[in-house]
Amino acid sequence: MNKLVSSLEEAVRLSGLKDGMTISFHHHLRNGDHVLNLVLDAIAQMGIKDLTINASSIFDVHMPLLDHIKNGVVTGLETAYIGAKIGRELSRGLLPRPIVFRTHGGRPSDIISGRSRIDVAFLAAPTADDHGNFTGKAGKSACGSLGYAFADAEHAGKTVVITDNLVPYPLAGASIRETCVDYVVQVDSIGDPAGIVSGTTQITRSPVRLQIADTAVACIEASGLLEDGFAFQTGAGGISLAVAKGLKDKMLARGVVGSYCMGGITSYIVDMLQAGCFRALVDCQCFDLTAVESIRTDPRHWEVSAAQYASPTAKSCLVDGLDVVVLGATEMDFDFNVNVHTDSKGNIMGGSGGHSDAAAGAKMTMIVAPLLRNRIPLIMPRVTCITTPGNTVDVLVTQYGVAVNPARADLRSRFEAAGLPVKDIRALYQTAIALTGEPTYPQRREGKVLAQVFYRDGSLIDTLYCVE
Amino acid sequence: MWKGMNHMNLTRAAGAGTDKSGDVLVWAEPGGSPVQIEVESSVADLFGGAILAAVQETAAACGVTAGRIRIQDKGALDYVIRARVETALRRSGGEA
Amino acid sequence: MMRSLLFLPGNSPSMLINGDLLGSDSIIIDLEDAVSPDDKDAARILVRNALGFFRYRTTVVVRINGLDTGYWRKDLEEIVPLAPQFILLPKAGCAQDMLTLDQALLALEQANSLTPGGIRVIALVETAVGVEHAYEIASACPRVAALALGAEDLTADLQCKRTKEGAEIAYSRGRLVAAARAAGVECFDTPFTDTDDLEGLEQDARLAKGLGFSGKLVINPRHVGIVNQAFSPSAADIAYAREVMRVIEEGRAQGKGAVALHGKMIDKPIVARARQVLDAAEQMGVKA
Repeated sequence: MNKLVSSLEEAVRLSGLKDGMTISFHHHLRNGDHVLNLVLDAIAQMGIKDLTINASSIFDVHMPLLDHIKNGVVTGLETAYIGAKIGRELSRGLLPRPIVFRTHGGRPSDIISGRSRIDVAFLAAPTADDHGNFTGKAGKSACGSLGYAFADAEHAGKTVVITDNLVPYPLAGASIRETCVDYVVQVDSIGDPAGIVSGTTQITRSPVRLQIADTAVACIEASGLLEDGFAFQTGAGGISLAVAKGLKDKMLARGVVGSYCMGGITSYIVDMLQAGCFRALVDCQCFDLTAVESIRTDPRHWEVSAAQYASPTAKSCLVDGLDVVVLGATEMDFDFNVNVHTDSKGNIMGGSGGHSDAAAGAKMTMIVAPLLRNRIPLIMPRVTCITTPGNTVDVLVTQYGVAVNPARADLRSRFEAAGLPVKDIRALYQTAIALTGEPTYPQRREGKVLAQVFYRDGSLIDTLYCVE
Repeated sequence: MWKGMNHMNLTRAAGAGTDKSGDVLVWAEPGGSPVQIEVESSVADLFGGAILAAVQETAAACGVTAGRIRIQDKGALDYVIRARVETALRRSGGEA
Repeated sequence: MMRSLLFLPGNSPSMLINGDLLGSDSIIIDLEDAVSPDDKDAARILVRNALGFFRYRTTVVVRINGLDTGYWRKDLEEIVPLAPQFILLPKAGCAQDMLTLDQALLALEQANSLTPGGIRVIALVETAVGVEHAYEIASACPRVAALALGAEDLTADLQCKRTKEGAEIAYSRGRLVAAARAAGVECFDTPFTDTDDLEGLEQDARLAKGLGFSGKLVINPRHVGIVNQAFSPSAADIAYAREVMRVIEEGRAQGKGAVALHGKMIDKPIVARARQVLDAAEQMGVKA
């Protein structure tokens, strides 16, 4: 059986792609991805129209997508995250149908159950053989884990593997196996390494943000959860990384050996593994070269599928075993609801990713964020968009104090006993607006629907409207 | 608020502030009466009214009744806007 | 009680907002070196507004421009109405400098209906002549509350290299502490300038504390915690001071003329030191 085809056009033709179908992509090449643009260019040349894209994330590198929307090639978009620059353009309502937002766990859940059908998956492969075995751990465009590609590979009608590093069969240690793959295409370049392993992976140097991180570490210590077997997830924002660094020192000082750590894996998390803070890293997405090198060489650093990471319907789901997750927020409201989808104007500038999955699973969900971003208060009476419902969020750490969800009186008393600056979330809001003045929040809950935001269980949690 | 003058004539074009986030750039120059104010702000949706009021009140407190004030705001707090506007006005009209 | 005095640049809104958040016992809002000549006017107006807007809970020190510049009187005209607790005078060189500043402050205090003499002054000694005049500066007038050492400018004036070990400023440090204590005022050590060398900072702060300084100037917020720690009495210090006070009480109750602790005679200086430690601990809220 020869799966190697001569061009993307040939692969598209053989896949049987027709008007109105759904194609999928993974986002492991992040802001360095070339594959989504290459595939759409080829499809547009072939005159196929009215496609839905189901991509685990969309980045600003995908700006050419806007042209394919304007010329009718793409009419639907389903994803878990959209970058700020392309998000602002999409927020004007370019798509005829509402964008569908899922979470990183909800997406594979829906794909595996068949609720979300993928006709053809186009999967970037940093290294592949001509039978379709592939991995992200090697090659000039290495990205490490391919966790978000598993469900697509296994459940799409047809699976096309696209690589810039074709190796002789068989590729040993492949992440995803040839039994899932229909066609293999070789191209010059699937991605730009500078964009693949870039992003928000630098620890903050801001004294206030470092102080927020210190307070967060003190909260974790006071929570009673920092014991042997501790399972932890943190994001890759500057404050979250500082939390990881502070937590490492705390765990070493106390001799605590955790079970697993996950999230976007960065050098800071790899350091924790190597220092003996955890027995394993479970990795759905690498954020830097150190993480890629680690997953390639260290057997304690596992690659896991998005379903195993976060799917509410999987037989095993790692977020459910988390003790603590540390997450960011763009907005947060009095009910502890968190928005990481939009800015205050209602423009899309993100998405849940795994935010609401991890929040739902962890015993303690912490938001770390400055109370003000310039003049914009973090806290407001009601968030512009509910990404993560407040009943899954326990603690907010700011530079002006720590707010605890009223449902978690246990945590509140532990924090108070530890001398942490516990405040009511409304008091923090008052602190903020004493500095900023009272904002006039725009009413924008009308007009053309921009996006439907689905919670991880498939229920509609919020609706976004187009921004003029 | 500076109460150094009851009336100030803007006599030359002058600027103040920076384009850093949390700050504001202000330009003041001679012009007709009443004072013409242009506000551009990254937080106009949330604070447009408050920003305009801060500029107007500062101009009035400095005794400026004619001229043109333009601001480009990067999310500055109220006290910063008032300070930068006052600086620009005093550079434009009061002190050399 | 000021263990740490943290510099914040005067023309920077993004730093002024953090005045109360960085854990320092006081902030020094800087109108001098941190502000370019073109922005002296902008900075003093911004700082004046900031003092009114934030109403800092932290003790506020404003560093004005030097008496040899055309800026310092204008600095005071804008700032004094907001009644900062302290003015830091750079390049303090002699008693007359302090009297000049005292007169200017007095006039402005009266014009603004403030308590005469209420705004205290810290003299930043950062010239060779300032070091040699340290005692006359410290005792020039009741308004002087402290001396502070500025070793970067000083070493340039001394024509020597500034080192981390600080042998070149050993004399100046000792001279300043003696002058300040002789005059009955506080004394603050020069900042540690290597942002990332936290171990070096801790050593430097402990050295200064050991020499008799009351606290230390700080130029990086990350240094505040270590400096506060170094200038706080340790748990062992407090425990020892409590023991000293206990045996003194017991001795007095038993009518003993002399008492000993761990085989060592407890004399008057030891008791005085123990009192200082316990007072300091109470003021800083440090618990043993």
